[in-house]
Amino acid sequence: MNALAPGSQLQAGAQAFLARYAANGSVQQSEAAGLFARNGLPGPREEDWRYSLLRPVTDVQFTSAPHGHSDVSAALARLPKIAAPRLIFVDGRFRADLSDIEPGTRAGAPAYGATNRPDREKLVALNTMLSEDGIAIQVPAGHDAGTLLLVSIGTGGNVSFHPNHAVTLGAGAKLTLLDLTLGDGVYLHNPVLSATIAEAATLTHLRLQQEALGAFHLSTVYADVAASGTYDSFALTLGARLARMEVHASLNGPQASAHLNAAQLLGGNQHADFTTVVQHAAPNTASRQTVKNVLSGRSRGVFQGKIEVLRIAQKTDGYQMNQALLLSPDAEMDCKPQLEIYADDVKCSHGATIGELDGDQLFYLRTRGIPEPEARAMLVRAFLTEALDPIAHEEGRAAMENAIASWWDRNVI
Amino acid sequence: MLEIKNLTANIDNKTILNGIDLVVPDGEIHAIMGPNGSGKSTLSYVLSGREGYDVTGGTATFDGADLLDMEPEARAAAGLFLAFQYPVELPGVNNANFLRTALNAQRRARGEAELDAVAFLKLSRAEAKRLSMPDDMLKRNVNVGFSGGEKKRNEVLQMAVLRPRLAILDETDSGLDIDALKIVADGVNALRGPNFSALVITHYQRLLDYIVPDRVHVLASGRIIRSGGPELAHQLEAHGYAAIVAEAA
Repeated sequence: MNALAPGSQLQAGAQAFLARYAANGSVQQSEAAGLFARNGLPGPREEDWRYSLLRPVTDVQFTSAPHGHSDVSAALARLPKIAAPRLIFVDGRFRADLSDIEPGTRAGAPAYGATNRPDREKLVALNTMLSEDGIAIQVPAGHDAGTLLLVSIGTGGNVSFHPNHAVTLGAGAKLTLLDLTLGDGVYLHNPVLSATIAEAATLTHLRLQQEALGAFHLSTVYADVAASGTYDSFALTLGARLARMEVHASLNGPQASAHLNAAQLLGGNQHADFTTVVQHAAPNTASRQTVKNVLSGRSRGVFQGKIEVLRIAQKTDGYQMNQALLLSPDAEMDCKPQLEIYADDVKCSHGATIGELDGDQLFYLRTRGIPEPEARAMLVRAFLTEALDPIAHEEGRAAMENAIASWWDRNVI
Repeated sequence: MLEIKNLTANIDNKTILNGIDLVVPDGEIHAIMGPNGSGKSTLSYVLSGREGYDVTGGTATFDGADLLDMEPEARAAAGLFLAFQYPVELPGVNNANFLRTALNAQRRARGEAELDAVAFLKLSRAEAKRLSMPDDMLKRNVNVGFSGGEKKRNEVLQMAVLRPRLAILDETDSGLDIDALKIVADGVNALRGPNFSALVITHYQRLLDYIVPDRVHVLASGRIIRSGGPELAHQLEAHGYAAIVAEAA
């Protein structure tokens, strides 16, 4: 079977796009449209997509987002109360009326950052082709830009939206980006974020994916990190019917580091995939990945973690740990660590565990008077600790904790 | 308070408890002694509601209520506490949070007001100090990286904060040096009173020098074969279990 299902709506969208924009689309969009028409969507024959099939996505007939301002006050009320400038996107379009435009941010068009690679990632080709909007954030050298909220709200109605964002940090600059996605109904959110992190700069990227349970979330992040720079990220996946977060981190200078921590808490028929590619392209670089999965109902979790150590990247320090807690006999976890090491003096370790709640621990808590559901929640929360503990940003961390706490309410654990 | 009648229990179809009869009245401390494999730990687990034990006959009531019909957390809220022989480690669970959650869950179940963070902190610190526990033990993860003695002291700390009506101490003395043993015994003795009873399970008479029991029972092959006063413990220490077991056979 062709990777691009015949008759797929997304393919039809590509053809329509080609017809409409061939004359006046941007160069990037025309090129991406060409790539997408040729390559289509990722399919089951591709090694990196074996565990996450896009069939449920192609089964939906998506349309582009309607123009005009819809009322999103209910969704806005669900946002964590954090006193920081907000950049609000609704169905992929920037809403200046709801946002705080800071100096150094520019919206109104796709950002197409320097590391945007529609030629490599098929979903990025789709994004680049159909993107209508995005935010470009520039933090000048030496500046601490504090915290920014980047919010995406989907309003349903089978729309697909493809915002394309870019973050550029000058030397020694700092930014914490709280990346919140939520919505209602059925929609496809396919964002791309390209981060360019200069020498000794730090981007803290805290992501809370709480898309509607009927929605699809397919996101790609590129993080290019220069010497002594840090891409410090934590991603919490709670929402969407089908989700894939793909992160490509490239450590390009000595002492560059990346933290790609994540937690996926799933129930019902949810499917979520956290896929990382970390390239150590300079000596003395470090990467840390602690990924925790809590799976109930008939949910399915996927983790694919690739660590590439180039020949030049001596003294690389890479660590990857994936752990899954299965709370139901029908839940499933697929885990694929991949280490490609071409340097000879490196320290790389990886591990994976899949298990259930410990009966002795549960009994111990219950003998102290803690009711079983609360005891189970305590043990699940304890399981997540290693991934949550490194979050230094207190409000961001509290937002994650609250989101996890609300997860108990809708899932039988 | 605790009344056990002809209690029998199996694990994997193998009979471990073979007709236990035991009454622990209010305010009394009873010791259960016996050789390895006599059913001491099984008795403590059956009474506290661990899964995997099949009660095949008999009854156990606690203040008149059918203990065997209650969930473990309900037994705790009713006032039963088990000090584990091997306390369980809980990585990622803060000791103080754990203890406060437990205390407030019990209070909630009994219809009492919950303790706020400040009141709890004051209570737990005072009890920790009485047990000569370093302050940081409350901040650490439950039993993680604790020495054997620290784990047992942590059990006694939980008991002191939770204030049970009946405590079952399952070989709380094992692995303790003499100083720790005294601290643990002091912790139990501090709770003594008309509304506190205890079942002290031990191999050795040593602990009973510090927690002087009202009654001593000898358990062998899943039955109590002999009961007596504190002097029975000394007799066992001097002559061993073999003589009494042979006599009962």
